[in-house]
Amino acid sequence: MSNDYELVVGLEVHAELSTESKIYCSCKNEFGLEVNSVCCPICTGMPGTLPTLNEKVVEYAIKMGHAMNCNINYASKQDRKNYFYPDLPKAYQISQSDIPICENGFIDVLVDDGSIKRIGITRIHIEEDAGKLIKTDRFDGTLIDFNRCGVPLIEIVSEPDIRTSKQAHVYLKTIKSYLIYLGISDAKMQEGSIRCDVNVSVRKRGQKEFGTRCEMKNVNTFSGAVKAIEYEYKRQIEILESGGKIIQQTRRWDDEAGKTISMRLKEDAQDYRYFPEPDLKTIVVSKEKIKKLKDQIPEMPNYKAMRYIKDHNISQTDSELLASNLQRATLFDDTIDIDDSVDAKMVANWILITITQYVNKTGKRYDEIISPKQLSELILYIQSGKISNSAGKKVFNEIASKSSKSVKQIVLDLGLEQISNEDELNSIVKQMLKENEKSINDYKNGKTNALGYLVGQCMKATKGKGNPAMIKEFILKYLKSQ
Amino acid sequence: MNLYEMQASKLSKLIKNKDISAVQLTKSVFSRISSVESTIECYVTICKESAMETAELVDKKISDGESLSPLAGIPIGIKDNICTKGILTTCSSKMLYNFVPPYDATVIKKLKDANVIITGKLNMDEFAMGSSTETSYFKKTKNPHNIKYVPGGSSGGSAASVAAGEAIISLGSDTGGSIRQPAAYCGVVGLKPTYGSVSRYGLIAFASSLDQIGPLAKSVDDAALLYQAISGYDEMDATSKKAKSFSWKIRDVDLSVLKGLKIALPKEYFGDFVDDKIKKSVLDVLSKLKDNGAILDEVSLPSAPYALSAYYIISSAEASSNLARYDGVHYGYRTKNYETLNEMYENTRAEGFGDEVKTRIMLGTYVLSSGYYDAYYKRAKLLQKKIVAEFNDIFQKYDIILTPTVPTTAFPIGAEIEDPIKMHFNDVNTVSSNIAGIPSVSLPCGKDDSNLPIGMQLIGNYFEEQKLLTIAKCCESLVGCLDLPSID
Repeated sequence: MSNDYELVVGLEVHAELSTESKIYCSCKNEFGLEVNSVCCPICTGMPGTLPTLNEKVVEYAIKMGHAMNCNINYASKQDRKNYFYPDLPKAYQISQSDIPICENGFIDVLVDDGSIKRIGITRIHIEEDAGKLIKTDRFDGTLIDFNRCGVPLIEIVSEPDIRTSKQAHVYLKTIKSYLIYLGISDAKMQEGSIRCDVNVSVRKRGQKEFGTRCEMKNVNTFSGAVKAIEYEYKRQIEILESGGKIIQQTRRWDDEAGKTISMRLKEDAQDYRYFPEPDLKTIVVSKEKIKKLKDQIPEMPNYKAMRYIKDHNISQTDSELLASNLQRATLFDDTIDIDDSVDAKMVANWILITITQYVNKTGKRYDEIISPKQLSELILYIQSGKISNSAGKKVFNEIASKSSKSVKQIVLDLGLEQISNEDELNSIVKQMLKENEKSINDYKNGKTNALGYLVGQCMKATKGKGNPAMIKEFILKYLKSQ
Repeated sequence: MNLYEMQASKLSKLIKNKDISAVQLTKSVFSRISSVESTIECYVTICKESAMETAELVDKKISDGESLSPLAGIPIGIKDNICTKGILTTCSSKMLYNFVPPYDATVIKKLKDANVIITGKLNMDEFAMGSSTETSYFKKTKNPHNIKYVPGGSSGGSAASVAAGEAIISLGSDTGGSIRQPAAYCGVVGLKPTYGSVSRYGLIAFASSLDQIGPLAKSVDDAALLYQAISGYDEMDATSKKAKSFSWKIRDVDLSVLKGLKIALPKEYFGDFVDDKIKKSVLDVLSKLKDNGAILDEVSLPSAPYALSAYYIISSAEASSNLARYDGVHYGYRTKNYETLNEMYENTRAEGFGDEVKTRIMLGTYVLSSGYYDAYYKRAKLLQKKIVAEFNDIFQKYDIILTPTVPTTAFPIGAEIEDPIKMHFNDVNTVSSNIAGIPSVSLPCGKDDSNLPIGMQLIGNYFEEQKLLTIAKCCESLVGCLDLPSID
C-alpha cells in the first residue's frame, strides 16, 4: 500500500559557523567553555547595546552558496524575527527574511545505490543562534547559558526535491562534508553544530500537487532525521488510507520514543512579525569579492567521488573515502595529474591504506608527508616492477621521514631495485631448488605451502630484491617440467 | 551671578584661567539642586559623591598643567535612557527600576574622557514615549518657568535641569521631537543631530531608525561644545557614519553670514494649528534676519503633514520589537504573580509598563502583523522616502529651513495626558526631521502672555551642523538668550 505513495521531503539545515568571534560582537566563538564565560552586554541583549556584523560570517555564507551553485545577492538585508523565549535575550533573532545572501542553487548527491540525485537549494541565509536552557537538580527552576547567543549560523533551505529517506541522509552527509571541506564549520553533531528541521508530505504516485506537509523541528542527528521521515511517511499514509486528512502542523521528533509528537497546528503558528533590522545596514558585497570567493572554492567531494568512479573506475566506497578529505583528495588528484600513465586505482589504494595509516599514526597532514611528484614516481616504480610493493613501503617510510631525495635515489641508496632480469632470476631459482630437494618432494606430495617456502628462500637469496611474481613463475615452470 | 546660572562656554574660560575651580562650580550646582529639586523634580538619580570626586580630579589635572577639553569640569545631567556603568538607568520605567548597566554608552565614555562631571540621571517620559514627562513612573517634572506647567518631553528632565540651573548642560534624546519640544517649552537650546552623527551605542532604544542623542544647553555655543564632544563615528554603532568632523570655536557672533542666506519657510509648518503669539515671535525673528540680508521664501513640503502618521507607525513598530526584551527573565522588574512562563511574561509586562508604552507596543505589534505589514509599515517607509526627497529638493535651493518648533507653548500638568491625539500633535513640526534624518535645533525666541518660552526651529541638511549652529547663533544674538527663571 505504501508503494502507492510518494514521499516528499524538504530540509532546513542550520549549521554553526566556526568564525573566531560571534556574529554581532567580539566574544569568542568557542564550544564547551564554562557556562556564561563567553558573553557580553551585546550578545546577552542588554538595553542600549547594538549589533555590528562580523564580515567573516558573510564570507562563509557566500562560500557555501558558491559551493551549492547559488546566485549570490550582492545586496542582502537582515531582519528581526520576533518571539519570546528565555534563551533569546533580545526577544528577537536577527535573521534574513526576504533577501538572503544566497538563492536558487542545487547540489547533486551520490546515493548509496550509485544513483545521482539533484536537490534544489532555495536559499542560504545568515542568522544568530540562541542560548541554552539548563535544568539542574541543584536548583528549582531553569538556568540560562548565554555562551551560544550570537554564535553565527547559516540556514540552508532545500527545495522539496527529496524522495527517499536515503536521499535525505546522503543530502545531510553531503552538506556536512561541504562544511568541513570549506573549513567554515566544525560540523560536530554531538556539539549541536548541525541541526535540522524536516518537512514531510506524501502524495499518490503520479499526482502533481504536493500533499499537506508537517514540519519536525530541531532534529539533532542524521539518523533521527531518517527515522523521523520514515515515521512521518508511515503515519501520513495511514491517515490518508483510513480516509483522514493531513493537518498542517509542527511536530517534534522524540528520538527515545521513536515517534513524532504534535506541537502546534497551523492556526497557532507564530507570527514572527519580521521587519528590517534598523540597527544594521544592508549587506553589500562587491562583485570582485564574490568572484574572489568563488575562485577559492575547490571541487566539492561529491563531484570528486563521481569523477573517480567514472574516470578511474574506483569503487564508490573508495571514491567517497578518497574524496571525503580535501588534502587526501588533492594528493590523489595532483598525483594522477603528473603522469597519466600512473595506475589511478593503485594510487587510490596507497593513499587510502599506507598513507592514511601514517596520517592517523602521526597526526601529520597529507601534504607534509609526501608530494604528488614523489608519490607518482613511487607508484610508477612499483607498477613497472622496478621495486616490489614491500620495497615501496620502505621508500615511502624514507620519504615520510623527511627525505628530500628522489624516489630513484632512495631506491638506489637502499638497494631496493627489484631483480627482474630473467637469466639472473633463473639461475638463482635453479641454485635454490638444488639445495631444497626436500621441499620439492613435499610439494609433489601435495604440500602446496612448500611453494611459498621456496619463493621465500629465493627472496632471501636476492636479499628481497627478486621480483616475487617472476620467481614464483619460474619455480612452478620448473616443478611442472620435472 | 551664581555660577550655576552661567553658560558652559563662559565657565570653561573661568576654569581654564583658574578663576574658579571645578569643585566650586560643582558645589554651586549641587546647592542649587538641593534648593529647587524638590520643586522641579527633574532628577531620577543624583550622583553628588562621584561628581565631587570627579571635580577634585579635574582640578588636580588643571593644577598639574594638563591641557583639557573645553567642557572639562562642567556639570552635566544625563537623560535616564543613556547607559551609565554602575549608575541606575531606568528609562523612568518601573520595568527598569533596578537596572544598573554593566557598561557606559559611547557618549558617556566620550564625556568621561573630556573630564565632564556627571551630576545624575534625568527624568523623562517612560521609554521616551510622551511629550510632557508625565508618563514617568517616578515623578512629574515641572517647567521651571511655571511649575504648574509641563516641561515638555520626553527629555523633560534634561530641559528643566538646564533651565532651573540644576545642571549646566544636559544630554537628551530625540525620536520625534523629544529634545526640541522640551527645549522650546523650557526656553533652552536643544539640538537633534543628523541621524548617524552621534553614536547610539548605550542609548536604550525606543525607535532605532529615528533615535538620536543630542545636547540641551543655555546657549548655542554650549550646545555646540557638547555636540562636538559627543559626535563622531563609532564602530560600535553600525548606523553611525563617517562625516567631516565638527569643530566649534567660541568667538563673537558674525552676522555677516546672514547676507544672502537663503531661508525656506515651509507653509505646512505655519498652519492654523500654530498659536498666533508663536507665529508672531517667529515672524519677528524673520524680519530681523531679513534686515541682515537673509532671503526668505515660502516653500512647500507637501508630504510633511503625513510625517506624523508615518512616525507613529515606524516608531511603534520598532518599539514593539525593541521593548520585547523586557520580559522579566534576565534583569529589571519581574512580577511575583505567576506560575507558568507565559504568565510570568504577561504579568511582568502588564505590571512593569505604563499605559503609553503599552499603547505603542500594541500599535507596533499590530502594524507588523502578518497581513497588515504592507498596509502600514511598508507604506510608512515609502512615505519616508518621499519626505526625504522633498527635503533634498529644498536643500538644493536653500541653506536652511525655519519653522516654529511646537505649535503651542507648554500646557498645564494633566491637561493633555488623557488626550493622546492632542499630545501626539506636539510633535507635528519636529517629526519630519527624524523621518528624514536631518539635523534640527530649537532655540528660544520670546515668551507668550503667560510668560512661557516660545521656541523656533532651524532645520539643516545632512551633517551640516556647523552651518546650522552658526546660523542659530546669529538668531540667538538677534533675540537674546532667556535668563534663568526664578523658582519659588
